[in-house]
Amino acid sequence: MEKSNSMQNEKFGEKDFQNIVGNLLRYGVWTSLAVAFIGGLVYLMGHSADIENYSVFHENDRNIFEVVSDVYNGVIQWKGESLIFFGIILLFLTPVFRVLLSLFSFLLEKDYLYVVITLIVILIILISVSFGFSH
Amino acid sequence: MLLGAFLAGFIGSLSGLGGGIIIIPLLTVILGVDIHYAIGAALVSVIATSSGSAAAYVREGITNMRLGIFLEIATTIGAVCGALLSTIAPTSFIAVLFGMTLIFSAINSLRKKEEHIVLESSPLAKKLKLQGTYPSHNGEVISYGTKNVIGGFSMMGIAGMMSGLLGIGSGAFKVIAMDNIMKIPFKVSTTTSNFMMGVTAMASSVIYIQKGYIEPGICMPVVIGVLFGAMAGAKVLVKTNPKKLRLFFACLIFVLAVNMIYNGLNGKI
Repeated sequence: MEKSNSMQNEKFGEKDFQNIVGNLLRYGVWTSLAVAFIGGLVYLMGHSADIENYSVFHENDRNIFEVVSDVYNGVIQWKGESLIFFGIILLFLTPVFRVLLSLFSFLLEKDYLYVVITLIVILIILISVSFGFSH
Repeated sequence: MLLGAFLAGFIGSLSGLGGGIIIIPLLTVILGVDIHYAIGAALVSVIATSSGSAAAYVREGITNMRLGIFLEIATTIGAVCGALLSTIAPTSFIAVLFGMTLIFSAINSLRKKEEHIVLESSPLAKKLKLQGTYPSHNGEVISYGTKNVIGGFSMMGIAGMMSGLLGIGSGAFKVIAMDNIMKIPFKVSTTTSNFMMGVTAMASSVIYIQKGYIEPGICMPVVIGVLFGAMAGAKVLVKTNPKKLRLFFACLIFVLAVNMIYNGLNGKI
């Protein structure tokens, strides 16, 4: 009896949460695509005659902060390639925000088990960022 | 390339395999792009399509977010391992493995899907609050239980690794983990799998960015093409008989897969 009651209380908060998460995902995708699309147009205007060769892979070894600062400089100079990259980074940030949002929501619900689980997921993502340094 | 990506998204959505799995053979076999760039572009398009479609399902309350977040531990660990592995693995190995995954997913998409609902959860699943409810077609709320958490969790690790290694959403593996092992209803497992893909792909793409897998010139047309293709596919899917379509696309994918394995073994990719 008590269990079903608490489940129902949870559902109320969860409904709002579902809406917020749903909107976040949707607008996140559209914003990043719009940015990438503008970048694409700028890029094509500058490079329409070039034929790029992508059949050979150039391995890079830059850490994420170098990439981000490169992109930042490029966006200020209104470079198409950097604008596309900026869109892609926004796209990557969408699921990250989603995870942070769920952390917040579990904290509000006082569901500490899931606060810990969400923190583990965040930790793994951070580890994956730091792996870029060591290699 | 834009047209190709549109087709990939369209086929991916119609066949139920996702755009990523089609875009890689398309870029490598037909357009001759290096497989690393193809993987990077596919992964970006996976994030876009999965976040886009997950948005709708989350709002409708079909997605089991607790289950998704819990299993994300397994998929993100797997994805990081997979992405690191892909930076050292030879391309021919990746091509062959990809071809095999493609065949497996194609066969899997033909498998009959029956709704099964288990009401009783296993003790561990209860502890983790993994049981849930979802609305059916006519609006009534169906509740379900969850079994074999450890089995599903391990399978998710493999799914995540495939995703990180091959740049695909690996929805087929995720659905197997939830559907066959954890006994979660099909509707919930597909939508939750979609929900998890963004974070899983994100974990490996951070490594990809730093390794230079992500090439804006390729990603932009691919992402936009796949996304619109997927939307068009979803619209057509409602009107047609998916069974025959699935068989047709499964054959097509089989041919692509054999081609990739052949090229991989010959060292052409």
